[in-house]
Amino acid sequence: MGMTMTQKILARCAGLDAVEAGQLIEGKLDLVLGNDITTPVAITEFDKAGLTQVFDKDKIAIVLDHSTPCKDIKSAQLCAQARAFAQRFSITHFFDVGQMGVEHALLPEKGLVAPGEVVIGADSHTCTYGALGAFSTGVGSTDMAAGMATGLAWFKVPSAIKVTLKGKLQPYVSGKDVILHLIGEIGVDGALYQSLEFAGEGVAELGMDDRFTIANMAIEAGAKNGIFPVDEKTRAYLDGRVDRPWTAVEPDPDAVYEREVVIDLSQLRPTVALPHLPSNTRTVDQVAGTPIQQVVIGSCTNGRLEDLRQAAAILKGRKVHEGVRCIVLPATQQIMLDAMAEGLIQAFIEAGCAVSTPTCGPCLGGHMGVLSNGERAISTTNRNFVGRMGPVDSEIILASPAVAAASAVTGVVTDPASL
Amino acid sequence: MKVYKYGDNVDTDVIIPARHLNNPDPKALASHCMEDIDPQFASTVEPGDIVVGGANFGCGSSREHAPLALKSCGVKCVIAKSFARIFYRNAINIGFPILECPEAAGEIVPGDQLSVDFQKGIITDETTGKEYHAAPFPEFINGIIDHGGLLNSLKARGVAK
Repeated sequence: MGMTMTQKILARCAGLDAVEAGQLIEGKLDLVLGNDITTPVAITEFDKAGLTQVFDKDKIAIVLDHSTPCKDIKSAQLCAQARAFAQRFSITHFFDVGQMGVEHALLPEKGLVAPGEVVIGADSHTCTYGALGAFSTGVGSTDMAAGMATGLAWFKVPSAIKVTLKGKLQPYVSGKDVILHLIGEIGVDGALYQSLEFAGEGVAELGMDDRFTIANMAIEAGAKNGIFPVDEKTRAYLDGRVDRPWTAVEPDPDAVYEREVVIDLSQLRPTVALPHLPSNTRTVDQVAGTPIQQVVIGSCTNGRLEDLRQAAAILKGRKVHEGVRCIVLPATQQIMLDAMAEGLIQAFIEAGCAVSTPTCGPCLGGHMGVLSNGERAISTTNRNFVGRMGPVDSEIILASPAVAAASAVTGVVTDPASL
Repeated sequence: MKVYKYGDNVDTDVIIPARHLNNPDPKALASHCMEDIDPQFASTVEPGDIVVGGANFGCGSSREHAPLALKSCGVKCVIAKSFARIFYRNAINIGFPILECPEAAGEIVPGDQLSVDFQKGIITDETTGKEYHAAPFPEFINGIIDHGGLLNSLKARGVAK
């Protein structure tokens, strides 16, 4: 029986010729990731179990990105714990303030993930690296501790949904609209325990940043992972970043899928998700005019250069609407530099945006943009759950960078094409 | 014992909001457990109580703080129609019992008295007299649970040092 891309990678990491959906396997890991919220819990479990060795100091990445630069004393203590652990084991890929970026933008940028590799991360959006044709999935802190100690993790081999993309995106429509549309179609548990495997001629029309955005939110459909085939755009991205050998996988021609979802990219409209689930989607025209008080442009979902370009193209020469706070967070230091070189940062600041050093802060209501009672944000982040960015009566509308930027200008949810 | 019943898609942000993740002490997490969906939960929950959820329980963030908070409250187990996969593996890895049983999750109501046989996966609603059979864990996962969690099982095998 044919295997999907995910199944082929999992078979290889488990040293097996073939695997099938539902099979439990133990596989070798190429990278184990944690952040400043999940790593301390992993360290506590690691120490409690009396472990004294990590499997490979070069295959562990610790990124202090969530509550950093530290928002309070307790966060500083957690970072100190992670920092001490990284020093104790000479962890090669330890990223502290000044080098760190939002982890899922940073790791691909640093060449730490390549096609066919197996990555677990104690952060649910670890599925982002599927954009590079890797198998990557979010786990908890105990899995991270086990992965750091052994280089192994257990997996239940997932079945898959094939998402066939055709056509080409219209102006002002991007990867965020593709994934919000998909989640709206299949629901927040539509891919529970499954892979989302992207295929079709439409893949070639998507840039890498769009693919990262799409794979990033696979978890928001309940998926174990989202994965793209490797093509010329992937190779161009990897060129100069990854110098170790890697092997791309393709699905077998007779790979078995639970079902297929076809998306015609040319038919997609800018799409938003209303509170309080990412599946609560509408096209922007259906909800245009809804007032917002805050705009967040950034995160592991939409804090990359292409995202900033799209936002800046709208904000350049315009002003953020009175009564609206617009916060822009380039996801890594390199993205910040590139955005400066292109004049994007100047455009944001002149428009009246606050531009921040990289942090996950506002996405999870941590810092750098927490909402007050009854406030509503439009945000390029990935979750609009109750209380995610502030008190339980605050609201988040998820949107693309273009829609978020257009809404910042008008103070209401706005179709960028209407400006 | 009491039953706390919630709907579909109970996410880890409502089980333990991110604003409390800066203190991962289990007791501190327990004191804020479920506060954004049920402000009375943390002050009324008692050891042995059971949480019943709908589909996709524990969706969202990978924070292990979520099953840890419930466990630390003394919650005996969660029964749900289905679990989000990271919550599912986190619960197993920390030795917190969860039972996937759509029928039980649909029919049990607050006020019911339940007894649970984890070995056999049998949930008995003593109030209605009805018996439910949850999907049993595979042998591999039972091995993790029997060792009291993932790290202990890996140590017992000699692969973690």
